[in-house]
Amino acid sequence: MALYLLQRLAVFVATLVIASAIVFAVMEILPGDAAETLLGPTATPEAVAALGHKLGLDLPLYVRYGRWIAGLARGDFGVSYAYGSPIAPLIGASLAISLPLAAMAMALSAAMALAAGVYAAGRRGRAGDAVVIGLTQVGLAVPNFWLAILMVIVFAVWLRLVPAGGFPGWADPARAFGALILPAVALGVVQAAILTRVTRSALIEALDEDYMRTARAKGVSRRAALWRHALPNALAPVLTIMGLQFANLIAGAIVVENVFVLPGLGRLMLQSISNRDTLVVEDCVMLIAILVIGLNFVVDVACAAIDPRLRSRSA
Amino acid sequence: MTLLEVTDLSVDLPLPRGAVRVVDGATFRLDAGESLGVVGESGSGKTMTALALMGLAPEGARIGGSIRFEGRELVSSSEEAMRALRGDRMAMIFQEPMTALNPLHRVGVQVAEPLVLHRGLSRSAAFGEAVRLLERVRLADPERAAHAYPFALSGGERQRAMIAMAIGCGPRLVIADEPTTALDVTVQARILALIDGLRVETGMAVILVSHDLAVVAGNCDRVLVLYGGLVMESGPVEVVLRAPKNPYTRALLEARPEPGAPRGARLKTIPGAPPRHRDVGAGCPFAARCELTVDVCRTARPPSVAFGAGHVSRCWRAAEVGEAP
Amino acid sequence: MSGFARGGFSLWLGATLAAALLMIAALSFVWTPYPPAAIDIPHKLAQPSLAHWFGTDSLGRDVASQLIAGARVSILVGVVAVGIGLVFGVALGLVAAFRKGVVEDSIMKACDFVFAFPALLSAIMLTSTFGPGVVNAIVAIGAANVPIIAKLTRATANSVLAREYALAARAAGRGPLAIAADHVLPNILPALIVQATIQFAIAILAEAALSYLGLGAQPPQPSWGRMLSDAQNVLYNAPRLAIYPGAAIALSVLGLNLLGDGLRDALDPRLRARS
Repeated sequence: MALYLLQRLAVFVATLVIASAIVFAVMEILPGDAAETLLGPTATPEAVAALGHKLGLDLPLYVRYGRWIAGLARGDFGVSYAYGSPIAPLIGASLAISLPLAAMAMALSAAMALAAGVYAAGRRGRAGDAVVIGLTQVGLAVPNFWLAILMVIVFAVWLRLVPAGGFPGWADPARAFGALILPAVALGVVQAAILTRVTRSALIEALDEDYMRTARAKGVSRRAALWRHALPNALAPVLTIMGLQFANLIAGAIVVENVFVLPGLGRLMLQSISNRDTLVVEDCVMLIAILVIGLNFVVDVACAAIDPRLRSRSA
Repeated sequence: MTLLEVTDLSVDLPLPRGAVRVVDGATFRLDAGESLGVVGESGSGKTMTALALMGLAPEGARIGGSIRFEGRELVSSSEEAMRALRGDRMAMIFQEPMTALNPLHRVGVQVAEPLVLHRGLSRSAAFGEAVRLLERVRLADPERAAHAYPFALSGGERQRAMIAMAIGCGPRLVIADEPTTALDVTVQARILALIDGLRVETGMAVILVSHDLAVVAGNCDRVLVLYGGLVMESGPVEVVLRAPKNPYTRALLEARPEPGAPRGARLKTIPGAPPRHRDVGAGCPFAARCELTVDVCRTARPPSVAFGAGHVSRCWRAAEVGEAP
Repeated sequence: MSGFARGGFSLWLGATLAAALLMIAALSFVWTPYPPAAIDIPHKLAQPSLAHWFGTDSLGRDVASQLIAGARVSILVGVVAVGIGLVFGVALGLVAAFRKGVVEDSIMKACDFVFAFPALLSAIMLTSTFGPGVVNAIVAIGAANVPIIAKLTRATANSVLAREYALAARAAGRGPLAIAADHVLPNILPALIVQATIQFAIAILAEAALSYLGLGAQPPQPSWGRMLSDAQNVLYNAPRLAIYPGAAIALSVLGLNLLGDGLRDALDPRLRARS
């Protein structure tokens, strides 16, 4: 297991390095001169050069990349061109919304998928199964931001139960939590549709395995066999898909935050795009890449913890 | 003492084009400590018979007739009652020990599971007992095997673990479904000897399901020959194999390689292929391939003809079947 | 039995919805009730009527006309993005399957890697450097399709290459391109068609999200995503405006997904186990 962990860790770090190089390349090399973009077409060449020098844009690429990475590692994300303030607190404040939102959506979708997947797999081919499959088809087709808007219409416009958006801040945890519920549902339902299908098919596969018959021949009840023998075997594929879906969840969060006017990572990125504040976008994208790659690393380790065959294969 | 009495057992499987009878009118009995071989080609209904005894026939299957085990009727028993029997009074050993063991649980935990369920042992006590069981099935290093995962054991070791799992609660009946088919030839004999040794030691009865007459001949007291869901012939092994009274058994025996046969001599084969169940119709399932077929074979189920000493053959022309070659 | 019936129903309903989407998009080139971008302030936020089937929006534009014309962008983005995914994905997948070794490993590692950058995230990166527009959306969505198609192609190609007839063709001295054309492509076609249909649906969803954020189709190009973002500004006055475009997206995606599932069942029953 220790060897396996080391191996995965090496892959994790290598992936991060490649990801950072790609982000850096797309954001800093391709677009030309950030100073020129910031000052607009009317700026004098002298002004562009001065700003470029101030931003460190005249340094060699590898120095800029090295500085950026070293800064990220220290938690120094640089200075926003648009606000003239350090980027780290901006990102910190937005993460305080986006991370809980993503976690809530993830937990919600996992719970829904587990319940619906187990239910459907146990009733394979029967009416209950067909209903679940039908519902997942609908869940896959409904855009999460449209579901978000529909919920705003129902709960804010018609029922007037909640405000249409905004975030009260974590000073009042109950209200802050409340403001994240609808967005988390909008995000989670669509994820749940995908995960339900994965859970169902992984479980059906496990239920057909010989060891299920062995378990029943030992006197294990149908229900206990499902939970103790089939579910652990179905868990690895479900976790893997959850990890892969996390990137989509974050992407979905960016859109849904916009619907509910939540000042999270998505809003920060969109604002920075319209402010031409490239460094903020670059940092945010890198941060998301770190989160996604990090979560997939955790999933890899979790799968190995479940399945001894994975641990030994790489060793 | 009669342990198991099966009367007119039938299994119907629901298929999209209507129910199919895969076991038809099976009747046999088994005494305590006795070993019964069930022989047949794939699709003969032998595995389905075994599963029906355990109450593990596929969902939707309809079981008819009677199965009396230790004086209790199993066909009408509740799932709850069957669950109490399974793994305790009756146990099963499966064909493919790699897939029949759960890949994610330690071998010891899986061997211990029936003890937790039926004996109320704590997990740790049951695990300790599992190590002793693994020793009883003569695994070289029972402690290591108990802590290992199935993928880390060899095929023979896994099958020994399966056997340990089956005998844990001291069952009176163990059903072994092709227990050596998936194993190396060198390992097969040792596994069969192990099962038979345990039978003698504990007085449990064994039903050995196999496609291989030789396996049954060497390890069983009595034999049941199945074809197309029908018990074609049953009786003491040495009688049935020496003097079969059913054309199918005879054909099976003739298809075996002879130890003393001249080099290059061709094996005799049975012409045609086993029937698919819905082709059988009302007649004898072997009618299409049998050398003795007459008109009645195709239109009516063959009757049971008794030859004494529990030797029974289902054939219209049982009396005319000659001596074994 | 019921599985077959359901598959048939999926295929039928999916094909109907997808055909309707295509026909509406085609129709928009020759006819819409009004010019979709025509502003008519005096008649803004009109209720649905015979003159305006779905009413008008906050600028008095005819909603029905915008919905009809909005199908165009969805299909454009879907077709081009799936095309990008197919061209590059099939090529990479075939190279990986034929070359094996380091080439295969690095292509597959790269594919895994791209999963960390979903279409929306790449689009945000591209937009922030090149400015918003449909082209960036297409490139980003297309790039996200490549690894999915590549993995599918490689897996199917590998299983085909392992079969006797492919081995025989190799033994007979046929080159990789000839084997790919004769044996591999015909065999992976059903799986590719199914996957392409589903990626088409995902592309429509992604385009709608990008346009909603203002990163996709730009005015005056009508698009369902932008209609939703416009509608959000008048949510309290005319919530119905947020219903139509969302329903249009959902029905299109549902149709394509059902079509994909139905095709999967119809083309290759062995594929049913996957997904």
